[in-house]
Amino acid sequence: MTAPPAERPALSPSRRPLRRRLLPTLPLLTLLAMLGPVAAGLGGTLLPAFGHLPAAGETGPSLDPFRALFAWPGLGDAVRLSITTGLLATATSLAIVVLITAGWSGTRAFRVIERLLSPLLAVPHAAAAFGLAFLIAPSGWIARLFSPGLTGWERPPDLLIVQDPWGLTMTAGLVAKEVPFLLLMTLAALGQVKAQESVTVARALGYGRLTGWLKTVFPRVYAQIRLPVYVVLAYSMSVVDVAVILGPNTPPTLSVQIVRWMADPDLAMRLQAAAGALLQLGLVLGALALWFLLERLVAWLARRWIASGRRGRVDPLWRGIGLGAAGLSAFAVLAGLAGLALWSVAGFWSFPDALPDGLSLRSWGRHGPAATEALGETALIALTATVGALALAIGCLEAEHRYGLRPSTRGLWLLYLPLLVPQIAFLPGLQTLLLFGGADMGRLPVILAHLVFVLPYVFLSLGDPYRAWDSRQGIVAAALGSSPDRVLWRVRLPMLLRPVLTASAVGLAVSVGQYLPTLLIGGGRVATLTTEAVALASGGDRRAIGVYGLMQSAAALIPFALALALPALIWRNRKGLAIG
Amino acid sequence: MRKLALAAALLAPLAAFADPDPADWDAVLEEARGQTVFWNAWGGSTTTNDFIAWAGERVAEEYGVTVEHVKLTDTADAVTRVLAEKQAGQDTGGAIDLIWINGANFAAMKEADLLFGPWAEDLPNWAFVDTEGKTVQTDFTVPTEGLEAPWAMAQVVFIHDTADLPEPLPSMPALLEWAEANPGRFTYPQPPDFLGTTFLKQALIDLLDDPSVLAEPVAEETYDEITEPLWTFLDTLTPLLWREGRAYPQTGPRQLQLINDGEIDLAISFSPGEASTAIANFQLPDTARTFVLEKGTIGNASFVTIPYNSASKAGAMVLANFLMSPEAQLRAQDPEILGYGTVLAMEKLADEDRRGFEMLDLGIATLSPAELGQVQDEPHPSWATRLSEDWQARFGVAE
Repeated sequence: MTAPPAERPALSPSRRPLRRRLLPTLPLLTLLAMLGPVAAGLGGTLLPAFGHLPAAGETGPSLDPFRALFAWPGLGDAVRLSITTGLLATATSLAIVVLITAGWSGTRAFRVIERLLSPLLAVPHAAAAFGLAFLIAPSGWIARLFSPGLTGWERPPDLLIVQDPWGLTMTAGLVAKEVPFLLLMTLAALGQVKAQESVTVARALGYGRLTGWLKTVFPRVYAQIRLPVYVVLAYSMSVVDVAVILGPNTPPTLSVQIVRWMADPDLAMRLQAAAGALLQLGLVLGALALWFLLERLVAWLARRWIASGRRGRVDPLWRGIGLGAAGLSAFAVLAGLAGLALWSVAGFWSFPDALPDGLSLRSWGRHGPAATEALGETALIALTATVGALALAIGCLEAEHRYGLRPSTRGLWLLYLPLLVPQIAFLPGLQTLLLFGGADMGRLPVILAHLVFVLPYVFLSLGDPYRAWDSRQGIVAAALGSSPDRVLWRVRLPMLLRPVLTASAVGLAVSVGQYLPTLLIGGGRVATLTTEAVALASGGDRRAIGVYGLMQSAAALIPFALALALPALIWRNRKGLAIG
Repeated sequence: MRKLALAAALLAPLAAFADPDPADWDAVLEEARGQTVFWNAWGGSTTTNDFIAWAGERVAEEYGVTVEHVKLTDTADAVTRVLAEKQAGQDTGGAIDLIWINGANFAAMKEADLLFGPWAEDLPNWAFVDTEGKTVQTDFTVPTEGLEAPWAMAQVVFIHDTADLPEPLPSMPALLEWAEANPGRFTYPQPPDFLGTTFLKQALIDLLDDPSVLAEPVAEETYDEITEPLWTFLDTLTPLLWREGRAYPQTGPRQLQLINDGEIDLAISFSPGEASTAIANFQLPDTARTFVLEKGTIGNASFVTIPYNSASKAGAMVLANFLMSPEAQLRAQDPEILGYGTVLAMEKLADEDRRGFEMLDLGIATLSPAELGQVQDEPHPSWATRLSEDWQARFGVAE
């Protein structure tokens, strides 16, 4: 028992009845706050999809928007791309995370990979995608390093690597970004299961390190990272920025095409876009259902495998593959960032030079002041949204705990709706909602809109560790005379410091990376690093993208550094808590 | 009479909420002081962003108007926004005060009654505008009717890297011939990007014996016959493009990066000064130059327009007027800054202002006004829409 000795609780009888009334309603309030916008937004999509958009002179109902959608010749390819890139990116990311954690957790190599990968979660998708594109393009950094010396290329070869029609480069870009996300979620979950003990016992019984981990730890870990995996799937299928930069364009993925239709000056195209958005929603739900079935299949197969008692002879091979893949994924993002950093200070730099002709701070002089201003806005929005989300999430979880309000599985799905419904499917409707409420201007609505997305991530990140907390600790504290509040503040939250900080960092990163909500709900008036960077991205000025990409990465990276460093620092005298 | 006076007295307090009248310029200036203008303008070009920031500082100094640049990736986003506001019944205090616009977006807003005005031709600096030599009163053949004010002229030029492509190409057939000899060294932004669509229009104009048919809206009976040469041309050209036409740059500036990376040798641009500016910013090699086709190239004007529900119409007009001032126009034409063509008529300017333009060094890669040659009119906006749609059906989903 490492908890501090209990003091006498400061009872405040006058406040407790109020809290008793407030706390049980929090889950409901939270659900309403999140579902209201999503439901309204979906309504705003549903009506145009069935031909009702009075502003464009259309009053439904009709199926014409769907007819127009199915008449689009690129639909088959766009749908295929959405499904294959989403499933492939999710499966690959999960496999890499499982292999590296199973094969290496507890080793020095794992700690190196963990330190390399975790902060990379902070790197915004767009910045990572740009870095990757510059790395592997035929005129990219890797080609430049070996040209013309080894390759003999005076001019870059005409090869379709970036934007390939199979979406493989795009998948690689997604994997490089989702591996850190799933790894961080796995690390947070590992704190809740006695992984090391289980593996030690398994190894004592003759199991290989990897096989032992897979058979004893993975089932418990997967139960905790399952929703993050679903989110990765939903996100990968409907992502826009990465698909624009790395994905094919003849045709593009469905979500990119929807964005294009939405932006068409011909207002009637919005109907077709709405129909596409509903199709995208259906695809995501279908893929989630498929994944769910695959989980069952894998679980059935795995149980037989576990029962077979095989000890894992090829473990070393799989461990090598895991380390290689995780290392490569970290390398891709880091080298891409280095490329961005170099471009931000580059003078003239053309193929096949491996380095720019000269270095200059001109780009920072040009873009630095505006970027700093956007950084302030970004930080303000992200901090407010995250603190709000954290308060609501902890309030909900605590209410669940105290009053046995644990939501049903269906309730959980509703809670994660904003993450599983493609943003493009309901944000325009959300914008109309805010307009009607007279809240269309400025920062506050943007913060509230961010909250819709930040809250589920924070909840997703915090919920499982919070619920998996051993409540006997609370019983002991209560037996020593602590009130429920005191148990929360003095025992539970301190013990859960790592997941709480992880959740905060995730919340901040989510907010920093939001593009569509900031643009649509802010009416374009709220300039964050991300909206500025994506606006610049369309122009392809690598120097400007370098400046903004680095600033954006820093904005999200620092909280993650703190999330990793603080528990170790604070609990340096509590071995069990410090390692987590 | 007395009734009228009474009515006027009763209505007087309401006048404060009425729209500003551009003919009474002093009142506009008065009202504008202290207003904030949210200028929605494409934010993909760093040089344009810098210019907009400068214009904002100047009108803040001079007229007490604050300018916020809302950086768009696509101007249609602003159109959509105003439409959404109208849909929600927000007829005052809208989020957008000024939009950088032209072509189909203007036509859509005008058609849907989303614009304030007329106001543009009542601005004081309208007196300097070249209404005879430049297409400032029609926007892609659609009459502007004072609903938008011009602030920059653009003309199609082709940027070439003389290290690989030393001689200008006189025509589209010559371009095709060169591409056959140098496969994979040319591409254009993917329609519906406006520059990509412009390439289609430019190619069609150049291939037609009589491009005047394009001034009329698209007619179904003649469409196939008129566009046939374009599709034949593109069928031959596409496999010779960069990446065999299986991928395209998504925007114009992206082509500059491709030239810089040595991936292509030729790109289309809608700004005669863009190449010089890009060389100064290390974005193009100093071997880049520009040329126009022998028969001439498409030219048009960039405008600014005010949504009907803007909260700062007076401030927006003050900014629009400033953009047409000799001071702003001279700065915009400086290739070190922006390199956009002026909308002003030199003979209407004061001597001192005119000398400023004459002294300007247009930059190493910029053609002189004489070298820019014949300006061809933009086709009716329906052509851009239709060509872009057909291109997407034929080439946009092709393997």
